[in-house]
Amino acid sequence: MPRFILRRAYFATLTILLVSIVVYGVFSILPFDPAALTCGQKCTPAIVEANRVKLGFDKPLWHQYWLFLSGIFLGRTYGAGSAEFTCPAPSFGYSFNENMCVTDMLAEALPVTINLAIGAFVIWITVGVGLGLLAAKFRGRYPDTISSVFVLLGTSLPTFVTGLFFLIYVTIKWKIVPLSLEGFVPITESPVKYLQYFILPWLTLAILYAAFYTRFTRATVLETLGEDYIRTARAKGLSEKVVLLKHTMRAVLAPITTSAGLDIAGLIGGAIITESIFNLAGLGRMTIQAVYEFDLSVVVATTILAASVVITMNLIVDIAYGYLDPRVRMK
Amino acid sequence: MKNLLEIKDLKVTFPTDDGFVHAVDGVSLSVAPGETVAIVGESGSGKTVTSLSVIGLHNRKVTQITGSILVKDKDESLDIVSAPLDKIRSYRGRVVSMIFQDPMSSLHPYYKIGSQLAEAYLVHHPGKKEEANKKALEMLSLVGIPEPQVRAKEYPHQFSGGMRQRVMIAMALMNDPAVLIADEPTTALDVTVQAQILQLLKDLQKKLNMGILLITHDLGVVAQVADRVSVMYAGRIVEQGSIDDIFYLPHAPYTLGLLKSVPRIGAKSSERLKAIPGQPPSLINLPTGCAFAPRCEYISLAPAGSCESLKPELLGINGEHKSRCHVPEEKRDKLFAAEIKGART
Amino acid sequence: MSSPLLSVRNLQKYFPTSRNVGFRKEKLQVKAVDGISFDLMKGETLGLVGESGCGKTTAGRTILKLIEPTAGEIVFDSKDITKLRPGLMTPLRAQMQIIFQDPFSALNPRQTVGKIIAAPFEIQKVTPEGGVKKEVAALMERVGLNPEHYNRYPHEFSGGQRQRIGIARAIALKPKLIVADEPVSALDVSIQAQVINLIDDLQKADGISIVFIAHDLSVVQHISDRVAVMYLGKIMEIAKTEDLFSTPHHPYTTALLSAVPQPDPRSERTRERIILKGDLPSPINPPAGCVFNTRCWKVQEICRSKTPELLTVGKSQVACHFPE
Repeated sequence: MPRFILRRAYFATLTILLVSIVVYGVFSILPFDPAALTCGQKCTPAIVEANRVKLGFDKPLWHQYWLFLSGIFLGRTYGAGSAEFTCPAPSFGYSFNENMCVTDMLAEALPVTINLAIGAFVIWITVGVGLGLLAAKFRGRYPDTISSVFVLLGTSLPTFVTGLFFLIYVTIKWKIVPLSLEGFVPITESPVKYLQYFILPWLTLAILYAAFYTRFTRATVLETLGEDYIRTARAKGLSEKVVLLKHTMRAVLAPITTSAGLDIAGLIGGAIITESIFNLAGLGRMTIQAVYEFDLSVVVATTILAASVVITMNLIVDIAYGYLDPRVRMK
Repeated sequence: MKNLLEIKDLKVTFPTDDGFVHAVDGVSLSVAPGETVAIVGESGSGKTVTSLSVIGLHNRKVTQITGSILVKDKDESLDIVSAPLDKIRSYRGRVVSMIFQDPMSSLHPYYKIGSQLAEAYLVHHPGKKEEANKKALEMLSLVGIPEPQVRAKEYPHQFSGGMRQRVMIAMALMNDPAVLIADEPTTALDVTVQAQILQLLKDLQKKLNMGILLITHDLGVVAQVADRVSVMYAGRIVEQGSIDDIFYLPHAPYTLGLLKSVPRIGAKSSERLKAIPGQPPSLINLPTGCAFAPRCEYISLAPAGSCESLKPELLGINGEHKSRCHVPEEKRDKLFAAEIKGART
Repeated sequence: MSSPLLSVRNLQKYFPTSRNVGFRKEKLQVKAVDGISFDLMKGETLGLVGESGCGKTTAGRTILKLIEPTAGEIVFDSKDITKLRPGLMTPLRAQMQIIFQDPFSALNPRQTVGKIIAAPFEIQKVTPEGGVKKEVAALMERVGLNPEHYNRYPHEFSGGQRQRIGIARAIALKPKLIVADEPVSALDVSIQAQVINLIDDLQKADGISIVFIAHDLSVVQHISDRVAVMYLGKIMEIAKTEDLFSTPHHPYTTALLSAVPQPDPRSERTRERIILKGDLPSPINPPAGCVFNTRCWKVQEICRSKTPELLTVGKSQVACHFPE
């Protein structure tokens, strides 16, 4: 088993490295001058040139990439002389627009996105798997019908529709959840304010994912119930409850874990629409703003980060699958 | 009751889109301690549906079951047909166990063998974990699996087909059941492995004095292990008797037809096989009269018109050996015995 | 003595596979068929028997070049087809056909029976006398099907009938060779006899050579002229049917015959049965020397080091250092 993990970790690291090269390369060959984007309207060629040197855009591409890569481990110094400043390790670059080291920006945005992803996950997995199980057990009867209506709605409504619906009706018109003007408040400081901030975005995302998971769980459970080993379990004298919750769910667990892991990874990469609608100070919103403002350093950093999260999650899910499905381990 | 299992006039009907399927149409048989009773039939004969009824695995909301299935548990006995589900569950795996055809798909792929075996014990003896684990190792040994402590920690896919069937047998016997139902236990196995498994079942039966209800389509397997046989066709038993009765004195045209059509090692291979013409009937639209009539070559020997219009009763001149046929038994006796001799040389 | 229709020499088929060792992949071979040789004469039926993993199905398909051989030689109708490219094989395929095991999956569920049986004519661009439709009707009658059902779909037929459709398709182009891969294993007992008789009749009428692959020894004995017993990719014994079944010389053949249950309770009660110990070794790593040595009760040192050749013993050919 450890060999299995080591192999996967090795390849994951290699993939992340490759992704970073490709992303960096792609953004570096874009047909506009990164230095020219660093200053606003009051730009002069002189300032542009100065910025070019300061940010290292005058160096050859591979050197730039090397500085970027080493910056992650050693920190990076920009400029020279009196105008010198350092982004300490790990440095993902410098945002001229925000006048901040990208790392600091990430440090602010990441917790918001992670809370969003995890909270939504808890809701969608409970609802999705629970409803899917009920639908499978009471197939053809009203729990099944209710769940298929839910699935239809959930998968058809895009997040901007549900999100805007919540924002406009629940917050503004009906004032059930107050508009949170303070921004992100950690749960440790004020649970109430924390919930106010996240509850609607959680529900927006959860409805969509729960619908998919309900359908998926229902289908997988029904398929498993037809398997010979479930018949054996019944023949042993096990109660239907044990057959369903122990034997069946155990088999359903593996594919659900794989999906869940990848879905969470995707969310961390940036639930851009939801974050924008509810004005959450997370990675998604940070990315989209950086795109509008042509803030390349930020975009490069968030892309690589999102890719790394997905790759790492893939690794974790692979390892988990190895635990959940013993047949896979033996290879 | 001295029998471990007594099935009386079992009828099982399923509704389908095309109509009601009369899968089992009045089956009666019994299994005594230490005896192996075989139900022989082809697909659609109702043999598997019968076996599943004994362990109560049909969905009662959908399936109509009438008749009685008495299973004996020491001093008490239970009628599976009318008993509540929780009582049936208390019998499953403890008084009557079942093993199935495909051992690969019948074992849970994600749980270790040892824990699957222990679970079979724990269901009926809750909380006795240590005993369960100990018994699991004992049973693995009993069925001939080397190094049980090591193998108990392994998963089904790490075992070969024959080994997996041994594990299934071990699991079925964890609670020393009175009756073991074996549904085509060796059909999916190689012939040399089949020989091993059948030998194992015989040995275990001797040791534990249990009754075995063996479901199969293979006449050779029946000849090897069975004491008494019920031959099923289109949901009914067409002949029932001791093993020698069935193989040497068949009284049902279907039985005779089967015995004549099976290729045998040592028989003259230059002759064509005497195949039974036609096909088994649909179980939704059973013909009036005898279900085998469309394929039977002895209709002319029966009273005119009886085979097509009247269903024959299961009768026998001498006690245990019964058969269903309108042709008078004395006529069949001489004729069939001669035909069977011809088939065996 | 006329030349054989089919001549196979040292035929090998290895399937590549791999296993993860540390960070590398170790390349392995599944030695499905590991050097088999035999001849098949015109009008003869050769039974190929063995248990799962012995390579008989792979051998059947390799002979027809449905699978490309790894090594060895296949000579069909005096032509060496071993290295013949698929394009050049096409015209020869009219002469070599196959009947599959599973009547449910061997027929395209979306095609009518008439189309299925007519397909060989379309593919080989052959128009039979009287036209395709007439020929299809004639074929259907020959195999015992009602020609009026040519517009029906496979799912409307029973298993035995579907197998007959497969047989009609196989004989459409009047082939010289048919490989029948377990043609009756998936059928009910009372139907098996019908289909076996059909294959027997067709063969005698048209003089087709058949390689009959099966695991059921009783069926093989009934229909074959000669029988080859395979184990782990190699032929253990090959002989005329009567000789193999009455005087087997290879220990594996003896064990196999003793394991087959016969519908005769008295003989079952009294006869000696050889129960083979142990499990089948993996074809990825077959035993050195004689592949049967791990389970043979006669095993000696030489069996573990030297692979026995197929030599004549009595009237049979046997690959054993200590034949019975």
